[in-house]
Amino acid sequence: MKKTDYASPFKLGSSPHIRSKESVPKIMYWVVGSLAPAMAGAVFFFGANALRVFCISIITCLVTEYVFLAARKKSVSAVLDGSVLITAILFAMTLPPALKSSHVAIGAFVAVALGKHVFGGLGYNIFNPALVGRAFLQAAFPVAMTTWAPPLTQKGVDTLTFATPLAKFKFASAELSLAERLTDLDHLFFGHVGGCLGETSALLLLIGGGILLVKRYIDWRIPTGLFTTVFVLTGAVHLINPDLCAPPLFHLLAGGLLLGGFFMATDMVTSPITPKGTWIFAVGIGVLVVLIRVQGGLPEGVMYAILFMNAFVPILNRYTRPGILGEKGNRVG
Amino acid sequence: MKSKTFRKGIHPPDKKDLSKDSAREFFPPGGIVVIPLHQHIGAPAEPLVKKKDRVFRGQTIGRARGFVSAPVHASVSGQVKSVGSHLSPMGRQVLSVTIENDGNDELFPEIKPVRNDVIDYSPEEVRKAVSEAGIVGLGGAAFPTSVKLSPPEEYPTDVLVINGAECEPYLTTDFRLMIEEPDALIAGAEVIKQTVGAKKIFLGIEDNKEDAISLFEKKLTGRSDFQVVPLETRYPQGYEKTLIQTTVGRDVPKGGLPLHVGVLVQNVGTTVAVYETLKTGVPLIERSLTVTGEGIRTKKNLKARIGTLVADIVEHCGGYVGEKGKLIMGGPMMGVALWSDGIPIVKGTSGILVIPGGSLQEGKEHNCIRCNNCSACCPMNLVPTRIATLTRFSRFEEAREWGLMDCMECGTCSYVCPAKIPLVQWMRVGKVAVLKRDAK
Repeated sequence: MKKTDYASPFKLGSSPHIRSKESVPKIMYWVVGSLAPAMAGAVFFFGANALRVFCISIITCLVTEYVFLAARKKSVSAVLDGSVLITAILFAMTLPPALKSSHVAIGAFVAVALGKHVFGGLGYNIFNPALVGRAFLQAAFPVAMTTWAPPLTQKGVDTLTFATPLAKFKFASAELSLAERLTDLDHLFFGHVGGCLGETSALLLLIGGGILLVKRYIDWRIPTGLFTTVFVLTGAVHLINPDLCAPPLFHLLAGGLLLGGFFMATDMVTSPITPKGTWIFAVGIGVLVVLIRVQGGLPEGVMYAILFMNAFVPILNRYTRPGILGEKGNRVG
Repeated sequence: MKSKTFRKGIHPPDKKDLSKDSAREFFPPGGIVVIPLHQHIGAPAEPLVKKKDRVFRGQTIGRARGFVSAPVHASVSGQVKSVGSHLSPMGRQVLSVTIENDGNDELFPEIKPVRNDVIDYSPEEVRKAVSEAGIVGLGGAAFPTSVKLSPPEEYPTDVLVINGAECEPYLTTDFRLMIEEPDALIAGAEVIKQTVGAKKIFLGIEDNKEDAISLFEKKLTGRSDFQVVPLETRYPQGYEKTLIQTTVGRDVPKGGLPLHVGVLVQNVGTTVAVYETLKTGVPLIERSLTVTGEGIRTKKNLKARIGTLVADIVEHCGGYVGEKGKLIMGGPMMGVALWSDGIPIVKGTSGILVIPGGSLQEGKEHNCIRCNNCSACCPMNLVPTRIATLTRFSRFEEAREWGLMDCMECGTCSYVCPAKIPLVQWMRVGKVAVLKRDAK
């Protein structure tokens, strides 16, 4: 049979014929870059421990990603698209500094394998992969996950009894005065406190978050809605009962709220695609964070709050379709 | 005066500097012209000539079939070489008349204007003349203009918007037309206004065409019924529905037409074409177009005859340069990539654009990461990624609820998509599927 020659001297394809310079790896590496200040902070505050945890997390995540891509017969070059690097860094940032290397590796594997690839890989996961890894460790090794090494800048503190600012407030004995239970705000701001690798310094997180906001790589509605909700709710409860709830600024700066609010709740894949849905998502996380911190059994609730709201994203998308131009006099804005 | 705009949209590099300073020059038609009988939205025209017939320039060679249709005319004098199917710019085989140009350019003897002065035409005469001249929207959509000039009685038109936005990157034909023939544009707008009974005219021009804005502001000083509206340079500023919001301040309802809010929108090219037909009686056989792009040697604005082969025009402009790329009819955002340059230009051809492969930024397709760039920029306020996904999984009813049929394929979503997903292509796939289901 004679083969018909359909070759064209020109390239073909559907319009538009020009594309912006934006790309998935570019976005991912901007996020990685915006995490750099907080990573540097972690190394500054926790020294070799931080480096160790970051390295193990990054290596395990990259290897897991590679193996799963290969097993699923996908292009393995996707290892370098930057997305798995973000997962690795964020996962490491949610860990206590002195966590055993084997625990880090197990969590990192779970983050990429169960958090990402069982759902179909990049773009298809429902839950934030880094938080899936952390939630797994929290369930599997609860003690290790709540043993906090003090930062190197704090000398002569006993590791066994050392607590994060949120835990100190929540579990301190009733004899202590309110002021003694609170941590200085400037320590929270600059990083002179214990906690997970990435959450000690609010300033460094704000720098990174600011970069992403300016570059519009995260939706401004999420940090805005989340932080406002936490501020207002804790402010209200604090006014009613200061013993039960610390002041709102303390809640904003302590724990993983800034880390989660700028870098995890804003994960594009696991947050809603509609503006209305995004607002509900952000406020929902805020409400849950305050509920867990104030009423729950745990001192910190950012992780569970984000994972919980992740589960609602498909339904939020479905019921919050934006009004189309001209629909009920809708003007685009 | 501050430029007005809609929100959303994008700022692609406009590349108009390549061709904006070249005045339109007449391009003499080649030895052969191919005139498709279906260059417009609506029913194809019916051929009136056969092989070996002798035709004059301006002679009707295809008769309009039905109200939404347009006649087609010979653009040169000569002999009909064949009446048969030929590849059209849209990629389909279309019944076309091929004419061998005798080079005499003899005008059809019966052609003469109905009235000596354009102002003396009655609305009925204007509609008839425009309809017989085969004038269609020259902005690219090619909808028969006579239909737009005959709005149903229950929707009186009180505002005429002349679209001089020319928001497509690269293209400069509307700009050249505006600064070279401002008086014809003003006169054409006046006639259309009279024809539909409008009270007010807005001329919207993007602010990257400052010369045109200041020229018309000067010419229209003191006119409260004819205003220039400078528009921010932002794609797709010239989209009908948002243009009406920006200039007139009215909202066209979803699924509705401009006439539902008493507005008529005409492209500047169409407006001038109406004027010239009324003045000379010559039908639409010629149009302005921009020949541009990094892949063509000399960038020009031309006045060319309908049916001229793209290859002839490219040769006239010094031929292709650089690596193999796309040959596009129209602009880079909404134009059509041509399969071959043996295709004629038609009434809706606003430009010939050659983009070498390296400048296409094609990139590798990724999964959607739901960055929301597409929905943040969509001028219709759709969520393109959602619609594309629903289409991909054949969930057409849901896709329709999310506004599949409201998409006007401006290309904004595909342009901004970092994952390089061909979102507009999915919209087209979805629309075809929905129309097919509806037809059943």
